[in-house]
Amino acid sequence: MIAALANPLRFMAFSRLAAPILAVLAVGLAGAGLWLGFAAPPDYQQGETVRIMFVHVPAAWVSMLAYACLGVASFFSLVFRHALADAAAKAAAPLGAAFTLLALITGSLWGRPMWGAWWVWGDARLVSVLVLFLLFVGYMALRASIDDEGKAARAAEILALIGLINLPIIKFSVDWWNTLHQGESILRAGGPTLANVYLVPLLLMGAGYAAAFGALWLARTRAEVWRRRAVSLALQAALA
Amino acid sequence: MALITGLAVESLAIRRGERELFGEMSFTVGAGEVVALTGANGAGKTSLLRAVAGFIAPSAGRVRFDGPGGQIDADEARRDHCHLIGHQDGLAGARTVRDEINFAVRWTGGDEDGALAAADRLGLTRMLDLAVRRLSAGQRRRLALVRLIAVARTIWLLDEPLTPLDGAGRALVANVMSGHLAGGGVILVAVHDPLPMTARCVAVGP
Amino acid sequence: MSALTLLFRRELSLAWGRGGGALLTVGFFAAAAMMFALAAGPSPERLAVVAGGVTWAALALASLLSLDRMFERDFDNGALELLALGPLSLEAVSAVKCMAQWAAGGAPLALGAPLVAMALGARPQSAPLIAAVAALGGIAFAFLGGTGAALALNSRRGGVLIALIVLPLLTAPVVFGGSAIAAFAGGLPWTTGFILLGAYSLAAAALAPFAMAGACRSALS
Repeated sequence: MIAALANPLRFMAFSRLAAPILAVLAVGLAGAGLWLGFAAPPDYQQGETVRIMFVHVPAAWVSMLAYACLGVASFFSLVFRHALADAAAKAAAPLGAAFTLLALITGSLWGRPMWGAWWVWGDARLVSVLVLFLLFVGYMALRASIDDEGKAARAAEILALIGLINLPIIKFSVDWWNTLHQGESILRAGGPTLANVYLVPLLLMGAGYAAAFGALWLARTRAEVWRRRAVSLALQAALA
Repeated sequence: MALITGLAVESLAIRRGERELFGEMSFTVGAGEVVALTGANGAGKTSLLRAVAGFIAPSAGRVRFDGPGGQIDADEARRDHCHLIGHQDGLAGARTVRDEINFAVRWTGGDEDGALAAADRLGLTRMLDLAVRRLSAGQRRRLALVRLIAVARTIWLLDEPLTPLDGAGRALVANVMSGHLAGGGVILVAVHDPLPMTARCVAVGP
Repeated sequence: MSALTLLFRRELSLAWGRGGGALLTVGFFAAAAMMFALAAGPSPERLAVVAGGVTWAALALASLLSLDRMFERDFDNGALELLALGPLSLEAVSAVKCMAQWAAGGAPLALGAPLVAMALGARPQSAPLIAAVAALGGIAFAFLGGTGAALALNSRRGGVLIALIVLPLLTAPVVFGGSAIAAFAGGLPWTTGFILLGAYSLAAAALAPFAMAGACRSALS
């Protein structure tokens, strides 16, 4: 399917339909997830604040999904020199950063009632997401600071792949660091296994967030393709 | 020296960003020949040289290196049989002239004696122990050209070699270039001003 | 003299810069550690607890210095083209540059690290481990730093951009090395962290040259 979408014209036609569909799907899934989430009983430890989990955890999931997408798009851009893949990679980065920031803020909000502090280093997922945020910011900064678009694309795709390779190692290192000092992650409601009444809305929210990411990513990639066409036309007009 | 008999540029086109620098260029440079690339600033002379050197991938066409037995692998030709002198000097300012000459010559396969002899021919002997940054532009240019003499390679790719040189320097380098051609060498040179020798001119531009 | 040795001697002489390079790096390291000490307040017991960690963090930051000159110097004056067309592949050239960066910066830092740690209150028995962690981790810092330097070659901003790119990637080696130091200070087993650090450094040394060469080729085109 990816090979079929590689054709820019086919991609534009596909995304024109797919983006709104995914957006509707996102609203539906997230709506259902939120409704079920509020219908679920409060956690015996955390009370009502456990519901922030439904906003925080999917955001963390999608932030990692976004980096994976960035990495895959960068891989295709590097190996096949495909301009559409590069446009997709460039489009994914700010989105990923936004979801990551959302995860960090909601994580902090969730932790405040529990720990009495706005941030702790004891939660492996939060720390991993923080590093992920810095990876996104670094990627965007690198792209923005190289003037030549082709060279910016080449450098950025190498950086994205390095980040992708490092990400599991970073996650492992932070997890391992935590097991040395504390127990398991404390940002879990109801213990290591999640009760169904929480799990179902969480998965729905996760799917909804993923659909939202998909819709926004397609939309931003389209915008990037148009922007490049506009730049190209402007240059041709100027040099003609 | 007889390992390369010439190079050929076949239907070469180069893009820089959105711009196509020139359409399809084709020419050959055989043993003992010098081709001067002429054209306005920004026309693509440097890019063409760098494409021949292998740094820029052309958007169309290719560069061919020929030997007595047929075509030679481009990568091998560039690494072993080409000297590239860009219009920057490639010199580290903090090091001494002697150190830089020794490095450049040994890096391209020569030895220290050849380096010193070449430096002498280019009139640099009394500057050997100065830091590179203390040299004038013309002296630095002559320093960059040392490896041409010290290490024998067939193809010379030169980007405006004479520009910072004074009259005596130009005559010296022209002499060196003529000697190279007489020995069957190949020179592809980008210039603004006419070369002080007879050369075939190829205009670079859209 | 082989091409590797020839290039290494040149890179080392440029990175060392008549002693200025190492002096700058170690000087910054000491100053940064001092900042931590001053900011942490006057309680020496509190400082001694974090002495190893603070030393390690300051060392990681100090290893970011002079990264921007690693490739940019040669790129700006045209020497990178000479290096690219030479007897060594660009991957080997990048690896040699990183080893020279380590020799001129990382090794002096590793020698100074135990002293700084002890100045902050660490026990003298921890000195050998701190030096070993600094030396081993310095390899990872040099190769990751070199990757950042090569990637930032065409950018308008040098050092800060490189630091921004490289710092998140340093998370894993910093955690591994820091755990080893902290575990040793606490009397706990430290070998796992040390081995993980070593494995990471070796992997970085093996893989980063490919990224650096790719970035250099893009910049040269």
